[in-house]
Amino acid sequence: MFLFFISELKDAVRVRHSCPLFVKCLQKMCQMQRGAGSSSDPCRRPLLQVRPTWEVGAPPCSFFNESRTGSGSCCLSVRSCFREYFTHKFRAMLGKTRLIFPGEKVLLAVSGGPSSSAMLSQVQQGLGQSAQKKLRFLPGLVHIDEGGALGLSLGERQRLVSELKAIFQTSGFPFHVIPLEQVLDLPTSAVNTTPPSSDRAPDCYKAAGDGGELQQGGALAEPSVHEAQTRSLQQLLGSATTLTAKEELLRTLRQHLLVHEARTRGYSKLLLGESCTRLAVRLLTCVSLGRGAHLAQDTGFSDCRFGDVTFVRPMREFSAKEIAVYNHMFRVPTVVIPSLETKTLEKASIQRLSESFVSRLQQDFPSTVSTIYRTSEKLQTAGGGCCEEDGRCLLCLCSLDTAAGKASALQARLISEQLCCQKPAGTVKVEPSPPAGPCCSSADGECGSAAGGAVCCSSEAPEKKDLQKLLCYSCQLTLRDMSSVAHLPQYILTEAQRRKRRSLMKDEISEFLLEEEEGSS
Amino acid sequence: MPVSCSSCVEKRAMLKRPKTGHSLCKECFFMAFEEEVHQTIVNASLFKSGETVAIAASGGKDSTVLAHVMKVLNERYNYGLELMLISVDEGITGYRDDSLETVKRNQQQYELPLKIVSYEELYGWTMDAIVKQVGRKNNCTFCGVFRRQALDRGALMLKVDKICTGHNADDVAETVLMNVLRGDIARLRRCTTISTASEGEGVVPRCKPLKYAYEKEIVLYAYFKKLDYFSTECIYSPNAYRGHARTFLKDLESIRPSSIVDIIHSGENLSVREGVKMPVQGTCSRCGYISSQALCKSCVLLEGLNRGLPKLGIGKHHRLHGKILSQQPLTEKEERKLKSVES
Ligand SMILES: [Zn+2]
Ligand SMILES: [Zn+2]
Ligand SMILES: [Zn+2]
Ligand SMILES: [Zn+2]
Ligand SMILES: [Zn+2]
Repeated sequence: MFLFFISELKDAVRVRHSCPLFVKCLQKMCQMQRGAGSSSDPCRRPLLQVRPTWEVGAPPCSFFNESRTGSGSCCLSVRSCFREYFTHKFRAMLGKTRLIFPGEKVLLAVSGGPSSSAMLSQVQQGLGQSAQKKLRFLPGLVHIDEGGALGLSLGERQRLVSELKAIFQTSGFPFHVIPLEQVLDLPTSAVNTTPPSSDRAPDCYKAAGDGGELQQGGALAEPSVHEAQTRSLQQLLGSATTLTAKEELLRTLRQHLLVHEARTRGYSKLLLGESCTRLAVRLLTCVSLGRGAHLAQDTGFSDCRFGDVTFVRPMREFSAKEIAVYNHMFRVPTVVIPSLETKTLEKASIQRLSESFVSRLQQDFPSTVSTIYRTSEKLQTAGGGCCEEDGRCLLCLCSLDTAAGKASALQARLISEQLCCQKPAGTVKVEPSPPAGPCCSSADGECGSAAGGAVCCSSEAPEKKDLQKLLCYSCQLTLRDMSSVAHLPQYILTEAQRRKRRSLMKDEISEFLLEEEEGSS
Repeated sequence: MPVSCSSCVEKRAMLKRPKTGHSLCKECFFMAFEEEVHQTIVNASLFKSGETVAIAASGGKDSTVLAHVMKVLNERYNYGLELMLISVDEGITGYRDDSLETVKRNQQQYELPLKIVSYEELYGWTMDAIVKQVGRKNNCTFCGVFRRQALDRGALMLKVDKICTGHNADDVAETVLMNVLRGDIARLRRCTTISTASEGEGVVPRCKPLKYAYEKEIVLYAYFKKLDYFSTECIYSPNAYRGHARTFLKDLESIRPSSIVDIIHSGENLSVREGVKMPVQGTCSRCGYISSQALCKSCVLLEGLNRGLPKLGIGKHHRLHGKILSQQPLTEKEERKLKSVES
């Protein structure tokens, strides 16, 4: 539950928007509260209690309720001012970057949560505006139904999906609800960067001119789920031995599927609804997961690691609280979708821990989220934009950060792991491995470079070792926490094989290859 | 059933390495720990043969283990270093006595020369005397600023080539987190470097040979080696944020032990957007220490103490730096403002 204070609302709005009418309304509200209540400083009392709509028995809003006697006009103007403020911020975010061109097909990833639902509401509103202010792109909606990964029953999944579809239908935009199981059948292109095609732009302009079929809303070609696929998906996620790894894996799969959907349906931008609060948590999570090199891509306004499809985060300047107020005021429908983190303890995963850490810190130091957010503004993508495929991580598609020099954390990690397993030559001693704790009693003296935790390093399968070489530092950690790679989707395994063959080929002909110099033509 | 050591396979494992989870016997753990520090030193080329290296000794666990390991490795691998211990005595009655005793015992055990530099030698003032002048309320400012420079001034006095400090992996990871939380991008970029080159006359190059060593392993090492250290926590001025960061780090470590190194990896690989303003590092025109102002903080504080204007160093009085440097007298109004210190 959020408590929203008048003073906070004032602060939020003062930043970009100073409307005399709005300020007057706020003052009036202060007076009314003073009359009604007892607290010494009415501005420090909760203005409204925004309860998540799913909370049973949430009382109706006390202040922004138009029907409330005597305050109708006041509330109306506060509503319209807040909307203006919110919209202005949203449009400014899209406008100042000029990333989306008129007529471009833009896919909105909508989870049903508060932030992406607010984003949908903003886009809907933007398209209904008068000609001058109108958003000029062609939106489509996508939702990934992850119920299979979470072990929801078919009935439960259908219920959630139909709730979402009802929302999507009212928007009038074309929409796609894709079960996550589809990720198992992706082509290898999903893990490759594709250069943006130059002929797409004119196409889109034409489509915009026609204004034709794309504008018709409705679900397109609904894929169905087979039970066997759900089982495979669950096996795949089940092979992650920690919740931290499971969450990262799920995130990766979701990304691959989103990119594939956008690509095959001709969308060149994908809008993600992550709020400032979400991104601050993600930033801290990424630092803790060893994703320092990828922070700019993981949390920045736009992310072009996939080449032809750019991820955009237009909600990144809104706090979770602002979004909650917006959704509440304008009755934006949301759907509560359970996640892996639902009903887990604080220390169940790194992601979960970061989240509760940030929200606790935010309570003590109200500038926490915005400060972390500003940190992300100052970072940039490492290794430049486009590089060769074998320079990119097979899972997250970020530039590999594993070529660090000798004096690095990566080397230090490898050294520690090797030192604990090295055995003097000739010591052959076959012992039953202790059930808990690592066992390195194999006689080959060689040790997997990626052992960690309580995993036995010598028992690591060779396929896993091969795969490790194709991953960035952080994805290596995720793979390390997986009991086997056998359940990974075929497109990942096939691409891994291909890259391995290519690198062998390259080794073979290395003496004939001339060193590519940077900057030379 | 006794677990056998995963490295030598012969001896019984005595401990589970916090870093990797491997079960090791005592000897294999010592070997692994020392070898890792050695690799860090070699890979980062921290030292050159023939150098005089001062180990900053506080009597705490980090510096005690550092001194021991440095001594062992210097002999085992013939680094050819002249090692010595350097310790700072702030001159606070009763405060340093125990830790200085520990340092003195260490000196005898390791047979390393020990030099204790006192604030009195370095600044002409003991902390006790400073407290007398500025009152209890403000002494933290002095303590922090003077302590930061004391090592450098001491090292310069003793003409050593390098200082090594006991910062461990936990300290570095914690600093990365702190700087993310504070949005301090300049520090974020600097805090993971293992050694600082000499930046100006007043600064002796520093390095952290224990940068990748876990705090827990440092304690284990000290415990099994029966090293003697003074175990009170260093008295940082209470900083709520740092406390939060530390707790967060400990929780992360309990979820995924490699987190500490993973965070350092993150810090080492950050790249900062071009055009983000970085503060220009200048040097103090009086003592040569790094400073963004004409005078470094400790020179300003000293000037204040010596002129009987203790408030000079507390709060911002950059405008007056010029006057102080050129030894111009201050106006009456300025003097009045700087004199009164409520105790
Ligand atoms: Zn307004
Ligand atoms: Zn990766
Ligand atoms: Zn052993
Ligand atoms: Zn300490
Ligand atoms: Zn100075």
